[in-house]
Amino acid sequence: MDADSLHYSLELVAGSGNILNTEHRTALQTSLLILRKNYKFNRVLFWGKIMGIKEDYFIAQGRGDDELKDKKNLYSFNCMDWFLLPPATIPMIEEVSKAATGRFMGDASHVYENTILKKVGDEDEVEEELVRISAVEHRLAVTIHLIDDESSVIPRGAFIKNPHGFVQVNRCFEGLTESQAAKLDSFLHFRDPKTLKKKSLLELSELNQTIDFLDLLTDDVPKGMWSLQFENANKVLILRCLLWLGMTFYHVPMTPQHGYIYIGDGVRNLDLSFML
Amino acid sequence: MDEHRDRSGDKMLKSSAAFKTFLMKNSQKSNMNLYDHLTRLLLKVMDEQPNDAVDIFEDLSYDVKRGLFEDTKNRLRDLPHTTLAELLAEQQRLLFTQQEDTEHEDELVESPLPNINEIGFYLEQAGVGLGREEMQRIFLALKQLVDSQPLILHCRLWGKILGTQSNYIVAEVEFKDWDNENEKSDQAAEEEQNEARESEENEVKKTITLVMDQLPQSTYKPPPVVPKEPMGTGSNKNVYYVCKEPGLPWVKLPSVTPAQITVARQIRKFFTGRLDSPIKSYPPFPGNEANYLRAQIARISAGTHVSPQGFFHVGEEEGEEEDEAPRDSYEVNPDFDGVPVSEMVLSLSMWVHHVQHILKQGRCSWINLAVKPEEDQNEEGEAEETEEEPDEPEPEVGPPLLTPLSQDAEMFNTPPWSTKISSTLTSQHAVAVLRSNLWPGAYAYACGKKFENIYIGWGLKYTGQGYSPPLPPPPQKEYPSEPEVTEALDPTVEEEQVLEDALEEQQAAPEEMENTDEEEEEEEEQELDND
Repeated sequence: MDADSLHYSLELVAGSGNILNTEHRTALQTSLLILRKNYKFNRVLFWGKIMGIKEDYFIAQGRGDDELKDKKNLYSFNCMDWFLLPPATIPMIEEVSKAATGRFMGDASHVYENTILKKVGDEDEVEEELVRISAVEHRLAVTIHLIDDESSVIPRGAFIKNPHGFVQVNRCFEGLTESQAAKLDSFLHFRDPKTLKKKSLLELSELNQTIDFLDLLTDDVPKGMWSLQFENANKVLILRCLLWLGMTFYHVPMTPQHGYIYIGDGVRNLDLSFML
Repeated sequence: MDEHRDRSGDKMLKSSAAFKTFLMKNSQKSNMNLYDHLTRLLLKVMDEQPNDAVDIFEDLSYDVKRGLFEDTKNRLRDLPHTTLAELLAEQQRLLFTQQEDTEHEDELVESPLPNINEIGFYLEQAGVGLGREEMQRIFLALKQLVDSQPLILHCRLWGKILGTQSNYIVAEVEFKDWDNENEKSDQAAEEEQNEARESEENEVKKTITLVMDQLPQSTYKPPPVVPKEPMGTGSNKNVYYVCKEPGLPWVKLPSVTPAQITVARQIRKFFTGRLDSPIKSYPPFPGNEANYLRAQIARISAGTHVSPQGFFHVGEEEGEEEDEAPRDSYEVNPDFDGVPVSEMVLSLSMWVHHVQHILKQGRCSWINLAVKPEEDQNEEGEAEETEEEPDEPEPEVGPPLLTPLSQDAEMFNTPPWSTKISSTLTSQHAVAVLRSNLWPGAYAYACGKKFENIYIGWGLKYTGQGYSPPLPPPPQKEYPSEPEVTEALDPTVEEEQVLEDALEEQQAAPEEMENTDEEEEEEEEQELDND
């Protein structure tokens, strides 16, 4: 959610149970402004909080000219001193998915390691392999990338693709109507489209190229991955991702206000298929 | 010349004005005039710019006329569009009405209503909460609950459980004296149900016996059902009320049975937000979502309700007798001075559980199921052998009440609790915050003499690497495997031959017996042995 309207938006997503205390809020308002100036971002979002066992990671995201591709993530323990995270690459994702299990420790010097049992040949011989993450920041960077990839949401029309191919905030967006907001297909994944490419020409012909360049939430597998509700006296639409528990999206119908925040333990809910 | 022109111009104007008035003359039939009609028609042509306008001019004219007709003759009323927010606002309006009873003012001093605003303030320091406005609404809703139930001793906001379609706000209530009638009616209802079931089964049996021979009786005996704990003790110590939104009616949850707790421990399901929806799971859950919700509330309370050490102490009246039995009562310690926040953050032993641990059996106090009223005296002989195992089961013992958290077991390589201080900059006035890692969403804070527990989350326990559902039990054996029914290899031709020879010799033997000596018998025996 946008750092400028943090106070207002946090109140709207408070129904999930997590808020920031006043000390953190005020600290963020100061430090994110400085952050934007130092890193020359167009705007800064407060992305969320990953709760570790010892300490919590506060995450901020800076956006450049292209909202979709010019993203940089930063983390902090005290909301004041921010450290830049490396962009997640495919080898990094593989490394982390093997080595990192369980909760975040919240300790910058902790080494995540995991022993993997491998079958050797046809017999039941088992080989143990010790996998270790080379840098602690890798796990954080990969987790943020995955959460963004699988559960970041925008209402349809809030962003447009301009003729140069840049994705930008749509200044004419006036919000979804209440009946539109009650349907899951008026919300899009804010990521490089994946399922859109698989659609047939017939389906694509109905789409508006400036607005519908992203994946729909209704195409997600499994169905029922999203919990859609109206909260705060039924005035605010709340979407909760059940794959990443802690991801909350809000949109106030008939206003351009929308945003998402992740406050959780940074572990994917792998049991989802049993739980629906 | 000019005069002439002016005159002709005047004439023209006059005649055109006359013609215009003629055009604007309303028709007696339809109260329309041609001038307005043509204006509308031309506007329509300019707006729509149809191809070959001249060909469809008559149709356009009709359209315009029809349009006028429809407008005036529209008798449909506007459909009032009520939004969800408006509907809820109507219901929440009742929360803000002031009661005019003056009698209540005396009671206000010792009202069981908690000060939610104060709790909300401390929770916000801890980074937990539902938003200030929502807290205020819940506060008013709790007031409504307290006012409607005169027998309430304590009432507190237990927390909120998120569901996929809507959420539950949960209030914990302790009654002054237990409504015996309620209890009885519950039990009576259950008994009736059981009787109905039995009678149905009997009827089915009767019809079957009439038609055909008796079916073999099943030897399966269901394991004994662990009895429910009575209201006011153990996992049924408190009563829980839930509502979907503050302002909507509070619904009382049914009391929990041990079977529900044991199954709830094995399954992992999201709440939907509808109390009557069924729970589809394996192993099957006995009851609907209301029962599941109650079971999870009992588990969460038992696991995460903590208080600073010394706030409660064990009642002194029943001192030594209870040494053996687990303690189940405590009192507020009047001498409690509060523990400094820095100590509460540093050491987990400054926090204690004040809700009883739920045993494997699904109860807080263990009950010996083997000691049942004597049944089936005929089967005593059979039972004697098997009874030895269940006869003296080891009583399950949980940690006693007010056990420090430092003795909690570590699961999945994760410490069960994390402590934090709410503010590092102004730590003099900070609050100690405790977060459960086993039940994500459970928090406690302590500050001076004040503390509170709250749970806001999905109602699910942390399961480490992943949940694997329990396997179905192995199928029952069909019959005991004995030598009579076990298969053997078919004899080969040679073996049969040898056997035949042996038999022939045996038959021949009695004839020879008269003549032969004992030696030959020995030989025969040897041959048989070799076979």
